[in-house]
Amino acid sequence: MKNKLLARMARLGGLSSALLLAGCELDVLDPKGPVGEGVKSLIATSTIAMLIVVVPTIILTLVFAWQYRQSNTSAEYLPKWSHSNTIEMVIWGVPSLIILFLAVITYQTCHSLDPYKPLEAEANTKPLHVQVVAMDWKWLFIYPEQGIATVNQLAVPVNTPVDFDITSDSVMNSFFIPRLGSMIYAMAGMQTQLHLLASEPGDYLGESANYSGRGFSDMKFHTLAMSGDEFNAWVEKVRSSSEELDGQTYPKLAAPSEANPVEYFAHVEPSMFNTIVAKYNNGMVMDKSTGKMIQVQQSAMSDMNMKE
Amino acid sequence: MLGRLSLSAIPLDVPILVGTFIGVAIVGIAVLGLITYYGKWGYLWKEWFTSVDHKRLAVMYIVLALVALFRGFADAIMMRTQLALAYAGNPGYLPPHHYDQIFSAHGTIMIFFLAMAFMTGLFNFVVPLQIGARDVAFPFLNNLSFWMTAVAFILVNVSLFIGEFSQCGWLAYPPLSETQFSPGVGVDYYIWAIQISGVGTLLTGVNFFVTIVKMRAPGMSWMKMPVFTWTAFCSSILIMVSFPVLTVAVALLGLDRYFGMHFFTNDGGGNQMMYLNLIWAWGHPEVYILVIPAFGVFSEVVPAFSGKPLFGYATMVYATCSIMVLSFVVWVHHFFTMGAGPDVNAFFGIATMIISIPTGVKLFNWMFTMYKGRIQYHACMYWAVGFMVTFTIGGMTGVMMAIPGADFVLHNSLFLIAHFHNVIIGGVYFGYICGMNFWAPKVLGFKLNESWGIRAFWFWLVGFFFAFVPLYVLGFQGMTRRLNHYDNPAWHPWLLIAEVGAVLILLGIACQLMQLYVSIRDCNLPANRDVTGDPWNGRTLEWSTSSPPPIYNFAIVPNVTALDAFMHDKEGGIDTRQAGGHYEAIHMPKNTAAGLVVGISSLVFGFAAVWYIWWLAALGLIGVIGAVIARSANKDIDYYIPAEEVARIENEHTRKLLAQAAE
Repeated sequence: MKNKLLARMARLGGLSSALLLAGCELDVLDPKGPVGEGVKSLIATSTIAMLIVVVPTIILTLVFAWQYRQSNTSAEYLPKWSHSNTIEMVIWGVPSLIILFLAVITYQTCHSLDPYKPLEAEANTKPLHVQVVAMDWKWLFIYPEQGIATVNQLAVPVNTPVDFDITSDSVMNSFFIPRLGSMIYAMAGMQTQLHLLASEPGDYLGESANYSGRGFSDMKFHTLAMSGDEFNAWVEKVRSSSEELDGQTYPKLAAPSEANPVEYFAHVEPSMFNTIVAKYNNGMVMDKSTGKMIQVQQSAMSDMNMKE
Repeated sequence: MLGRLSLSAIPLDVPILVGTFIGVAIVGIAVLGLITYYGKWGYLWKEWFTSVDHKRLAVMYIVLALVALFRGFADAIMMRTQLALAYAGNPGYLPPHHYDQIFSAHGTIMIFFLAMAFMTGLFNFVVPLQIGARDVAFPFLNNLSFWMTAVAFILVNVSLFIGEFSQCGWLAYPPLSETQFSPGVGVDYYIWAIQISGVGTLLTGVNFFVTIVKMRAPGMSWMKMPVFTWTAFCSSILIMVSFPVLTVAVALLGLDRYFGMHFFTNDGGGNQMMYLNLIWAWGHPEVYILVIPAFGVFSEVVPAFSGKPLFGYATMVYATCSIMVLSFVVWVHHFFTMGAGPDVNAFFGIATMIISIPTGVKLFNWMFTMYKGRIQYHACMYWAVGFMVTFTIGGMTGVMMAIPGADFVLHNSLFLIAHFHNVIIGGVYFGYICGMNFWAPKVLGFKLNESWGIRAFWFWLVGFFFAFVPLYVLGFQGMTRRLNHYDNPAWHPWLLIAEVGAVLILLGIACQLMQLYVSIRDCNLPANRDVTGDPWNGRTLEWSTSSPPPIYNFAIVPNVTALDAFMHDKEGGIDTRQAGGHYEAIHMPKNTAAGLVVGISSLVFGFAAVWYIWWLAALGLIGVIGAVIARSANKDIDYYIPAEEVARIENEHTRKLLAQAAE
């Protein structure tokens, strides 16, 4: 019985070490941008701090469990002993100190890694602005400055801060690019913000981290991080598409679809994002700079009335 | 006439469900047939279904929990198998429509019907005996609680064969769970199952709170109360405070669905985040409702098998109470990623970490209870040591996720899934099974088989690590929860290992079944029988009665003068039972069918409300109200056990004790 178990475990042990060599790409711990780097070092620091308590606890548990087994009659037995002020001080004190340390770095990193905080850019780099809409079951990316939009493909120039405004035209999703760092929820009628930066060119997986129904598993997108010139060429490529996104074509896009292919829109109505947010708020949308609710243009609204 | 129920609601096109139905039907008919053949219906009715005896209800709760375990685990291994297959273009064998129901049902069943039912079973069995009481404060409500929980579980399972279950995850986040996105009956099954079982749980909370406050034996002051009772007390308070929040949250969702209101809808002024706040204002205390009693179990088991008192009793009590209070100020850590400001996130993150201090202290207390002890390795002690190691790891990953910065990449990933299974299996489940092995001789009068118990432990422990360590890795690889299929080759091998883990856990469950079978088969062997009522040299009052205890628990209510009252008496040569003392007639509650009637009427009401069969819903409601009125008007609810009968039972036990001592 025990031997069989051991043999099975040994086989699996062999399998798992092979895995470590072959299949172990830890996306989250191998970030390609400063936000991910910050999170990674936070995870490393906090884990090490906790291991200071966790490792001795596990070892001592096993040592005591073995040392004071009934058959070991040479071990000391104190059948009445149940209190020690010294031990009590240590077992409250040491964890408290570790948590105090973690609390300090928690407070600091809540501010330094705040997803709403704009990233510092190198001189003469202008941040790229992207508006993200989660839909059933695909991602719409609107580039308001370029006047283009795409579905399930996000291109960003490297070493350029990207300012995301995120909402949903359906249920709640979570916008997540594991290689770049933090995620944030996408919620209908609300806008969330996220600031990311890709420091290396590459094709990074983007996904929804919040279950959103039937087509959720295929709600993936490619994040193409590329040089500035390549990005400009990509923008031109999108602009050469024959599709446009406006009040007429939007409902077709918004209809539920699964494993939606990449789509390019050469032109997008400038108020598209605000209109999507506003249709859940009686036509109002919050102005990011002032924090006040403002009315979205009526013309765009009338074309995109809420589907019931 | 039948609302939206039609023949098309029966999923004849899903072979898995048809097969399951045939299996359930065969087993069901066999069980019913055997009961009829042996003429046990009257016995079941009189001694079990209508019983208000907390010991009988405890057994029924634990049987319910074990049935829920099979259903919940079947869901689990189906999910693992789907993910082991559904890779690189292979859709697997479960389409999203079916798979999404399975993970929603898995979470709902494991929390509400495995964990909660098991916990209530342990409360029922242990608390009155530990505090020297003859029953709980409200015996009828106790029976009612059980039936509400049981029928809610039946309602969840009806959804397997008639209609569908929710596809919105175990907490049914809106707006996905709103009619606009989930027009089917699945979410309605969820709503009514939660509401009906919620009534049962809330009544349990009230019942045990009052029992512990009012019914402790004379002399048992707060700081002489056994730790398990303390944990049941804290857990009951948490139930009373948090379950109404759940009821309201789910009721508001129901108003949205049934009456077109806009509490949580996208439009019309609804706010989905309000639901998240409410559901987690219940959900976070809920995990402590479950785990605190598990801590209580270990606080009884470790001293008993180490041959020492619990290290730092007072510390343990303070730690438990501080966890209870803190559990209410951490709920936002379930959705740091909603975009709250850094100060809000920091507050909830730090509050969460602070809970790890008293929790850590508890671990150290159990450790120092073993220190300089004489540890006997019965099956329960394996579960206890396994828990201490496993739970420590789960606690660590929990603190990692409590740091908002780290949670921004770990949230909703498989890392989260690994974490909460780490604490719920490693803490709650290990704790309850440990408790089951520990108190089984008291419940049944015979010990559970040790070898099968230890085998079950090893399969569960090793299986747990195989099943969930890969999930930690997958979380770091960016794999999110609730995926139905994927195409990342790096994920596949880890999901295969996790599948192996699930199979090992299956073997663990098989060993537990074997343990029960072998124990019942060998229950009359002298070595297995618990004649003394004190098989482990126990420290608390439940071990002073016979196994199983007489219906009245204590012929003479014990006098408590110290912590670990029974051990104190044994060491001082005091007979806690006061055998041969002056027996008096004992006032006891009568059995009643009212709880069963209310339960079944609730089931009818719930089913009818799911399918919009309003006339049937009205009948169900009339049944509930009628039974409550009839019960309230019934004056014939109690009886006395004559003093001679008490004396006869007690003398019989004394005779057995003396015979055993003479051997």
